[in-house]
Amino acid sequence: MRLHCDALQVDIPGRAPSQPLSLTVEPGSRWGVLGPNGAGKTTLLHTLAGLRPAAAGQVVLGERPLAAWRRRQAAQHLGLVFQERHDDFPATVLETALIGRHPFLHAWQNESAEDAARAHQALDQLGIDHLAERPLATLSGGERQRVSIATVLTQSPDIWLVDEPTNHLDLHHQVEVMGLLDHQARSGRAVVMCLHDLNLAARWCDHLLLLYPDGTACWGPRDDILVTSTLERLYRQPLMTAEIDGVPVFLPRVTAPSSSSLSSSSPSTFSRGKPHDAT
Amino acid sequence: MLAADRATAGHGARFRPLLWLALLGLIAILVSLALGSVSLTPREMLATLIGEGSSLHHTLVWELRLPRALAAFGTGALLALAGALMQVLLRNPLADPYVLGLSGGASVAALLAMLAGVGTALVSASAFVGALVSTLIVFALAHGSGSWTPARLLLTGIVMASGWGAIITFLLAVSPVEQLPGMLYWLMGDMAYAGSPWPVLCVALLSMVVLVPLGRTLNVLARGGLQAAALGVAVRPLEWTLYLAASLATAMAVTTAGSVGFVGLMVPHMLRLRLGADQRLILPASLLAGGALLTLADTLARSLIAPQQLPVGVITALIGVPSFLYLLHRSRG
Repeated sequence: MRLHCDALQVDIPGRAPSQPLSLTVEPGSRWGVLGPNGAGKTTLLHTLAGLRPAAAGQVVLGERPLAAWRRRQAAQHLGLVFQERHDDFPATVLETALIGRHPFLHAWQNESAEDAARAHQALDQLGIDHLAERPLATLSGGERQRVSIATVLTQSPDIWLVDEPTNHLDLHHQVEVMGLLDHQARSGRAVVMCLHDLNLAARWCDHLLLLYPDGTACWGPRDDILVTSTLERLYRQPLMTAEIDGVPVFLPRVTAPSSSSLSSSSPSTFSRGKPHDAT
Repeated sequence: MLAADRATAGHGARFRPLLWLALLGLIAILVSLALGSVSLTPREMLATLIGEGSSLHHTLVWELRLPRALAAFGTGALLALAGALMQVLLRNPLADPYVLGLSGGASVAALLAMLAGVGTALVSASAFVGALVSTLIVFALAHGSGSWTPARLLLTGIVMASGWGAIITFLLAVSPVEQLPGMLYWLMGDMAYAGSPWPVLCVALLSMVVLVPLGRTLNVLARGGLQAAALGVAVRPLEWTLYLAASLATAMAVTTAGSVGFVGLMVPHMLRLRLGADQRLILPASLLAGGALLTLADTLARSLIAPQQLPVGVITALIGVPSFLYLLHRSRG
């Protein structure tokens, strides 16, 4: 199943309408959404999931506009890994993974043994099946992040929308999770992920969408977009590049504080360090 | 027992705690029928239940104690259910049925009715109206310019509750001294005002029929509104349903017994510590455990220093606070 943006304009309160996006996320593709803090990456992802109305244009899931889908039916095809989560209310890891089956069950139906097996398998793939009975509140940030991904893996949607998949994860688990998303794409699903790490995008995505703070955007195949000058304009940060194993690697070029010649607005609106979404 | 088994073992093992709680409720009602200013032996109880025994016992059990025990059971059940619902609605395990100021509105209306010197039935009726008015005010204010979040609803409710609290204090301060004991009993919660048990029992049964099918959906909602929406839950209608059901249940309970404290906060919380957080189990379990707790508390309230009666809210607090603290201490969660 494909996800199509038809002249989609994301509604960000207090900002001029963004540039209309017209792009198609084909099955098997891995899209990375890049942009500085506050450019609207999360808002775009929520709009793609139908959680927010678009300012203009529409999202098309399969053959029909997303707004015309019944919510439960759409949730059988669209999965979203959230960046923020609400864990005040108690639940175990397994119970949390099992909510991924919710769109597939009727009101009176309970989760079957097959659903539980799916959840266990998902937890196992994320290396946290041994935590199945643990309350969420006792997990570390990285373990909690992997529970969120396991929930969507249990849901098994055609289209994955992932907000910062590597949040809280150490290097090893970053690679594991990106490999898992890669595997999902190779088995015919589509992945759209917001990333704050350019190098992850360069390594794992085949298409990129850049969101600028002024509402403009550009998108296309990775190699067309991953141009140093474009990225420097995106983050208003001078970059150094190198190539390792055929993959470009980008590092911030740290210069004297007054040198932000690329900045068109006040320097206080962006951090000069490594682009990083504090969460 | 593992949650995996709980999630998959069908209806047997998973819902066994409900059988135990139902048994507990039955025992609570039987104890409540036997104990009081005149206590019955088990033999006398049995005789009265099968239609023999003295006419005094007959009147005592069937006409005085049974309606009151059933009213206490229904009230406790509604309070615990309303607490469980509010906790999911606000995604806050510390919410109780009164957290949104509903009991304050009911109390102010009831005290005004008492000051006006009307009868018990009118006091109850005005408590019901006060509860609904408070519910509507909180919801309208929290709704504001479109979006309401659990945090905003909670804040509005808490501020309203303190407003009602001030009015209650004012009313107590200006009331004639001879009316104060009745007012204080009402504020602490007192089953002596309870009329027919059928309204609360019917509402309890009705809420069960409406809410139990929602159990799995509530589990999803507990993980947050956006997460639930992403999994296909129609969040806004569901939250409206929860809010209305919890408000109606609380209004019925407050109307029957005044504002009995602690049941709505403690019962769902204690059950979650023992049984986990699955709403499909917690909602019916809250109903049964809340009913049993308030029935026993009312039995104690009217027999501890009989013939003098205590407000039942004192007993629920005296039983509830230490057992809650004990469970919380042991859970280390």
